[in-house]
Amino acid sequence: MLKARFGDAVVELQSEGFSPAFVVVAPAAVRDVARFLADDPALSFDSLMSLSGVDYKDRLAVAYHLHSLAHRHAVGLKAFLPTESPELPTVDDVWPAANFHEREAFDLFGIVFTGSKDLRRILLPEDWEGHPLRKDYKYPDFYHGIKV
Amino acid sequence: MSNDPAHGRPPAPPGHGAAPAPAVGPEAHVLVGNADLFVNWSRKSSLWYLLFATACCGIELMQAGASRYDLDRFGAVFRATPRQSDLMLVAGTITHKMADRVKRLYDQMPEPKYVIAMGSCANTGGPFYKDSYCVVKGVDLLIPVDVYIPGCPPRPEALIDGILRLQKIIMKKKNVYGAKA
Ligand code: SF4
Repeated sequence: MLKARFGDAVVELQSEGFSPAFVVVAPAAVRDVARFLADDPALSFDSLMSLSGVDYKDRLAVAYHLHSLAHRHAVGLKAFLPTESPELPTVDDVWPAANFHEREAFDLFGIVFTGSKDLRRILLPEDWEGHPLRKDYKYPDFYHGIKV
Repeated sequence: MSNDPAHGRPPAPPGHGAAPAPAVGPEAHVLVGNADLFVNWSRKSSLWYLLFATACCGIELMQAGASRYDLDRFGAVFRATPRQSDLMLVAGTITHKMADRVKRLYDQMPEPKYVIAMGSCANTGGPFYKDSYCVVKGVDLLIPVDVYIPGCPPRPEALIDGILRLQKIIMKKKNVYGAKA
């Protein structure tokens, strides 16, 4: 159904060994697909359970876990991004809860959510350098004169 | 301060009923010693600690302050502002983001001030010692610590022991009066 509507933007369906099944979409289409999943009455995924970043070493990914309170079903959404300049449209107008999750993914993985209302670091200090959950992250020696 | 010969004062002549003349000069050290005792005793008996906890150790701190373990009986009550506190109990993990705040709170406390590092996290970074980018590996990198309490978390008894130890340390302090420190 998604394939019919969004064509090539939907890359693959990962259902074997995944619970819930994951729909892999092209990064640029994430927001449109999300909007459709949230608004379509047959699907109405009104709850964003989590939004997390993943580092696969050769590429990054963002995984969305969606749940529908009305229909009690769940689905996952996944987008793969290049390690250099990972960019993704924000979904914080589809699910306002997405904002904190996006800030976390930005803070720890350096994934930039374009069009976000408020994309600041959320956990680490404002002047921290780098994104520590990246696999290639190098620890700084000192932070504000304190050994790390 | 009686006629104890250890104080160096000659014993009052037998049969002489009048009180000895007030001691001056060489006996001044006795006076200083007693003032130290008094000042230290009043300091150790009113260790007001800062109401401040950053992680799980704080739960044990609350328990130690509550009625079952009752820190009040040692004169230790919590204060909600650093400006009225004598003692900072660092109860919990200190992250680098928190470090600047800890330092600022410490700087706001009036002298004399004491610090107890409670739990492995405050001592060394504890379970976050290895491979953590965000945890300060011991609060003594930030502020001077008087007593370290091991444990993850230390039981309230251990915390009370730490406070008693700090009281012993305070009782040994030598104070300087009337001079610029
Ligand atoms: S020492 Fe243990 S109990 Fe205390 S703050 Fe650290 S992890 Fe928590």
